[in-house]
Amino acid sequence: MRKALAVYRKELRQILRDRRTLLILVFIPALFLLLYGYALNFDIRHIALAVDDRDGSPQSRAVVSAFVNSGYFDLVATTHSPVEIERLVNLNQARTVLVIPEGFGRDLSSGLQAPVQVIIDGDNANTATTVLGYASNLLRTVGAELAPPTAVRPAPLAVEPRIWYNPELRSTLFLVPGLIAYIGMITAVASTALSIVREKESGTMEQVRMAPIDTFSFIVGKTLPYFLISLASAALIILASMVLFGLPMRGNWLTLLLAVSLFLVGALGTGLLISTVAESQQVAFQMALLISLLPTIMLSGFIFPISGMPAFLQAVTYVVPARYFLVALRGIVLKGSALSHLGVPLLALTAYAAAMLTLASLRLSRERT
Amino acid sequence: MRPADDATRAIEVRNLTRRFGAFVAVDGLSFDVRRGEVFGFLGSNGAGKSTTIRMLCGLLRPSSGSASVGGIDVSADPEGVKQRIGYMSQRFSLYELLTVDQNIRFFGGVYGLSPDRLATRRRFVLEMAGLTGREDTLARDLAGGWRQRLALGCAILHEPAILFLDEPTGGVDPLSRRQFWRLIDVLSEAGVTVLVTTHYLDEAERCHRVALIHAGRLAALGTSAEVKQIFAGRPIVEVRAPQAVAVMRALDEMPEVEKTSLFGTSVHAVLRSAAVTPAELRARLSASGLAVDDISEVLPSLEDVFLDVVEKAGAAGA
Repeated sequence: MRKALAVYRKELRQILRDRRTLLILVFIPALFLLLYGYALNFDIRHIALAVDDRDGSPQSRAVVSAFVNSGYFDLVATTHSPVEIERLVNLNQARTVLVIPEGFGRDLSSGLQAPVQVIIDGDNANTATTVLGYASNLLRTVGAELAPPTAVRPAPLAVEPRIWYNPELRSTLFLVPGLIAYIGMITAVASTALSIVREKESGTMEQVRMAPIDTFSFIVGKTLPYFLISLASAALIILASMVLFGLPMRGNWLTLLLAVSLFLVGALGTGLLISTVAESQQVAFQMALLISLLPTIMLSGFIFPISGMPAFLQAVTYVVPARYFLVALRGIVLKGSALSHLGVPLLALTAYAAAMLTLASLRLSRERT
Repeated sequence: MRPADDATRAIEVRNLTRRFGAFVAVDGLSFDVRRGEVFGFLGSNGAGKSTTIRMLCGLLRPSSGSASVGGIDVSADPEGVKQRIGYMSQRFSLYELLTVDQNIRFFGGVYGLSPDRLATRRRFVLEMAGLTGREDTLARDLAGGWRQRLALGCAILHEPAILFLDEPTGGVDPLSRRQFWRLIDVLSEAGVTVLVTTHYLDEAERCHRVALIHAGRLAALGTSAEVKQIFAGRPIVEVRAPQAVAVMRALDEMPEVEKTSLFGTSVHAVLRSAAVTPAELRARLSASGLAVDDISEVLPSLEDVFLDVVEKAGAAGA
């Protein structure tokens, strides 16, 4: 163990003296959190709304104020001219136009169908869909309030949706766990791989391999500093998310530590494995990008839901550790899931870590022949 | 188990062979290195020197043949070999971002030295490398000669009985090279066996014995004087002349001259026999209008030997 300790001390000293690596390990995660945390927000607010109220009845005014008071829409213009409407949309001054036809209030009072027109700028399909959702909901609610009681026919089947754990469906809460996985992958995989390949390039690796130090001590000493730094980095991200984005922490901190540790060990193992294959830092970095970062972003359910992927891609996601990590992390942080509910994802993470470390040590000892 | 005279043999190599795919890097190499000997390992780039060293250090498995280092079979117990050897490469592999002291402590730790022993050895290494008082300098800030001596110090922290030096003096100024060789002599006198590869043939002259490797095979082996016997009956004449290239061409025309080569500004001509004297050669060159500043017979240098061996091996291979 004295040998592992010597490697550990040396590695830590090197990291501390190497300002650039230190910066990558500590500040890049914080920067990413801020960037992605604020930018990767699928909620849409302050949608520029133009209104053409041709009815001017109390009912039509109620519809307009429902839109404005919802918090999603900002009223930017009122007009009666179709030409003006087109101009506003073309100039991007209005993203949505609400047109209430004459006779809206009268029809509504008499219990007739009272159509309104909602024009949505469809140049961004995602935004348009979301806005359409908001508008439909608003109209349904306000329509039910305004219609005379006689006109209300109770539907035979009523759906009353309840969204648990994230009732406002804030995308930040959903994305932060993914960010932790992403950042963990960057720091753990890339920095481990680079640190070993750097030793290969400078020749110190050969010097160390001429010494009687076993693969196990070397790996432990080499990866422990990166494990601790990545762990600290993950803790920082979680704390910052709680403060900045109101991330709840409903579960047990120890369970969280276990999940993060398992994930990081797997990531370090991946970095080691890459370092046994790559001969230059450039190749190592590209491999790290390809093997760890891309799957973490694309195939983990971080941004794109797995259930929406074609079958073969869904099959691939089963070997992406971030997939399990996200399930565990979202469970612990958002739902307060107990250890007993996280058996599958935690076992999967353990299996991944074990597989990576085994492969890496096999390759490291085989390099001797 | 082993012959009694093994006690005097630090390294035994028998038919050592290493293939990389179809390429034979080391081809049936056999030689012994005696204890306390400084053994020079010469050969051009790609001749198989480094591959041989890597096998002897237990880093690379031989394809066939055997080697024992310090009485331990390198194939059977590579880790045991590593305990007993020191290794230093041409790159003076130190950690640039660590200080002199931290480098020493790291290698001491990797070799499993106890704190007491490390303290003693640390003082020794600092003194030997002339780095006392510069313990806190970063390795990257050290000049070549100091880096080289620190690398050597780190390689002998655990007091190995056998030391492998792979081109240890590359890129170092002549004064540092001289200092370095003095350190090697001291180690050798203390009973350490040193196997050193080098491109500098003046350094090879300082070795007790040299082995010349060409294309993975042993081309010559012995003391410097012994390997020079290759020129027995073939005197070497050194000619210094203003028009060296023209002189070379003229000499090549003469039937008594086996071959010529350029040595710095002078020409070395290997004669087929002692039948022709330098004075006669001078007369003949003057007759063809070529001025000669100086012409005399010289003793063969290792460089002559080296070129001769490589040439012969090339001719045999062709």
